[in-house]
Amino acid sequence: MDINLSINGNSHAVQVQEDMPLLWAIRDIVGLTGTKFGCGVSQCGACSVLVDGRLTKSCSVSVLDAVEKEIFTIEGNSENLEFLRQAWTDGNVPQCGYCQSGQLIAATSLLDSIEKPTDKDIDNAMSANICRCGTYTRIKKAIHTAVQLKNQTL
Amino acid sequence: MSSIQKIDRRDFVKLFGLASGGIILGCSVASDSKGFIPIESKKGFHPNLFVHLEENGNVTLIASRSEMGQGIRTSLASAIADELEADWQYVSVVQAIGHEKYGNQNTDGSRSVRTRLEPMRKMGATAKIMLITAAAKKWNVAEVACKAENHFVINKNTNEQIFFGDLVADAAKVAIPKEETVQLKKVEDFKFIGKTLKSVDLKDFTHGTATYGIDVRIPNMKFAAIARSPVTFGSVKSFTKNNAEKVAGVEAIFEMPRLIPPTGKFFGMLGGVAVIANNTWAAFQGKLDLDIEWEKGANENFDSEEFKKILTKRVQKTGKLVPGVRGNVNTAFDTAAKTIEATYHVPFLAHAPMEVPNATAWFQGDKIEVWAPVQDPQTARSELAHFFEVPIENITINVPFLGGGFGRKSKSDFVVEAVAISKKIKAPVQVVWTREDDIQHSFYHATSAQYLKGSIDKEGNLSGWLQRVGFPSIVSSFKPLSDYASGFELNQGFTNNPYAIKNFRLESVKAEANLRIGWMRSVVHIHSAFGINSFVDELAFAAQKDPLQFHLDLLGEDRIIEGKSKFPFNSKRFKNVLTTTAKMANWGEKLPEGHGLGIAIHYSFYSYVATVVEVSVIERKVKIENIWTTIDCGLALNKDNITNQLEGAAIFGMSLALFGKISTKEGAIEQNNFFDYEMTRMKDAPKIHIHIVDAMHEPPTGVGEPGVPVIAPAICNAIFNATGERVRSLPLMDLGMV
Repeated sequence: MDINLSINGNSHAVQVQEDMPLLWAIRDIVGLTGTKFGCGVSQCGACSVLVDGRLTKSCSVSVLDAVEKEIFTIEGNSENLEFLRQAWTDGNVPQCGYCQSGQLIAATSLLDSIEKPTDKDIDNAMSANICRCGTYTRIKKAIHTAVQLKNQTL
Repeated sequence: MSSIQKIDRRDFVKLFGLASGGIILGCSVASDSKGFIPIESKKGFHPNLFVHLEENGNVTLIASRSEMGQGIRTSLASAIADELEADWQYVSVVQAIGHEKYGNQNTDGSRSVRTRLEPMRKMGATAKIMLITAAAKKWNVAEVACKAENHFVINKNTNEQIFFGDLVADAAKVAIPKEETVQLKKVEDFKFIGKTLKSVDLKDFTHGTATYGIDVRIPNMKFAAIARSPVTFGSVKSFTKNNAEKVAGVEAIFEMPRLIPPTGKFFGMLGGVAVIANNTWAAFQGKLDLDIEWEKGANENFDSEEFKKILTKRVQKTGKLVPGVRGNVNTAFDTAAKTIEATYHVPFLAHAPMEVPNATAWFQGDKIEVWAPVQDPQTARSELAHFFEVPIENITINVPFLGGGFGRKSKSDFVVEAVAISKKIKAPVQVVWTREDDIQHSFYHATSAQYLKGSIDKEGNLSGWLQRVGFPSIVSSFKPLSDYASGFELNQGFTNNPYAIKNFRLESVKAEANLRIGWMRSVVHIHSAFGINSFVDELAFAAQKDPLQFHLDLLGEDRIIEGKSKFPFNSKRFKNVLTTTAKMANWGEKLPEGHGLGIAIHYSFYSYVATVVEVSVIERKVKIENIWTTIDCGLALNKDNITNQLEGAAIFGMSLALFGKISTKEGAIEQNNFFDYEMTRMKDAPKIHIHIVDAMHEPPTGVGEPGVPVIAPAICNAIFNATGERVRSLPLMDLGMV
């Protein structure tokens, strides 16, 4: 069926099977490959996107659930994501980098809802995202750094 | 690289003309052993490192090793840039295709820096000399009157300076300096080496723009999923397409026979039923709708719990003697004040890199092009030439980023699958494994059983050590009926036991392979470090000694053991990492109630590692509080990268200690996905403290793997310290302790 997906502010007219998960519509139909496939069953967070600002495992929602909503992926830009990117860079966080799209989106969602998260807040918010390389220590530190960067700037 | 000039093999570094302006320097690195996977080797000069200097000043390094998170692209580049006196902002990295001209590209064994640092430095230094020579000519001064600094050559007399890029054309005409005249920088003068450089790929990693294998897109490409036999090496008896054909987007469904590799090399592919679609998800859905009856084959009754019992039984009885006996263990046992014995287990494990195995291939009759996240593109290339009878020079393997590798992507089975499908459908295709495929059809880290018996003499010293070990050999994946661990496997911690033990005996027992066996980050060291460190802790307790002191006593006098390699074992360096780590962890100080410290040391990939873990145990549930690790890896090329690798190794080691278990029933893997093959998550992650020993005058040794083996035994020793409960069988989850 023909639908419109709004991703990072751009409208995409696409033809999809109606039960296709959002992840595959983003990757294979629209062609934005920054959002990753990791498990397909909402266990690893590699496919994390924001749908109308809400953190969503795109492998486990139908593309139809995202119609007429604003989808935000790692290719997008937001104030919090920019600070997080800077903090990720300052902390040399990634190893293989594959899960980091999802990590950054999950962290964006966290900062969108909690201005200054504690370690505990970070544990709660980020434990749905697996990093097999094991960069958790750096991710946690980078989220705190992003908050500092933001406070210094604003 | 078509305009390669005539090569004189006696030269170390070579200049290659380049039409586009600029120069390319290439050099050859002495081949490092490929181990047991032979590939085509042809005589001749095969430079495997290349530096490209352009007139705009850009310096491009062609990275011949795959990037899978170990930071090799950055590390390799930094060594050249340092000797070249380059400005880091001009440096970029291009990934090499899989080609023998790059020398051995097999990215495993924690050896990329170990084998390539010096040649990289020499090449950078060579380029610098050529630039200086060109500048000296321009100024009509002696070369010694010039120096290179931050991408300029400077006239020391006049302080005039010329940008590197402006010298490239003239430098290309300069005779290449002889290897022996190329002087390398002193450690004190390093600008990048031994410092911290951030990954050259951070921008792509943080914007979703890094292209991993699974992100490769070719015009008109199809997507494929394959249903493989749940039992290893089973085959399709019959199948019905069922509703698979009706899934929108599915275009073709067909059976693929298994491709069996020739004895001694390659990986082949498992075969099964392939579903071809115009998107990944349709292929996945179509696969789920197939109805397949499998011919289960020889492994249909394989039960990993039964196998554990069999191995346990075997290690209780005398096995095959492994060379290297010292003294007489029986005499030691007979005259001992105390003997203790214990049996340890590690289950099968899967690598589970975040990016599942996948490959994109385009078979075009007389040529093949592949884009695949492979650790060993040359074996993939040779393997394709073998199976598809296409001349190897017509096969191109492009290597995108690997979303983790850990050894899984050393095996090219998924590449063979993609080419087989592309050949059949006459179109480019991307084969994507589901996570379930990845967990259930891996080349598994072997399960093992170990029996240890040790004796304590009247003075409380270790007097005898008997160790029997059994695990399915990696060699079984290349040579059927390889039922005993091979020498190179036992040499990962068992035969090269670092302790000064007078009476020592090692035996190996039979262990058949009923799954595909492969290597996973730190390989057999996972077994040896677990058995040996756990048992040393048990011996220390039996001798009523502090485990730290007991380890130090066992390491004995300072001694250097020369091996076949150029990296002699130095017990002093081992003792140093041990005492350093103990100090960091405040070893010996009183801990809160329910907390415990455990220690483990291990020597692997020529690096010395010691770890102390602090756990807290409440109602038999274990929480890892702190991990302290010290590594002596000789010259530390990129410090923050090494720290990152060791932090990651701690988490990787935790995952296998806490959750790691692949089991089989009736030949089929029981685990499916991350919900039943779990990983350490943020909430479980402890505080991790890494120290890198300053050993800048020693040659560099392994980094990617050596941090893993120590973690599981240090955790289990800490649990014993906290509770008195001894864990001898992994993972902790099986014991209800997670």
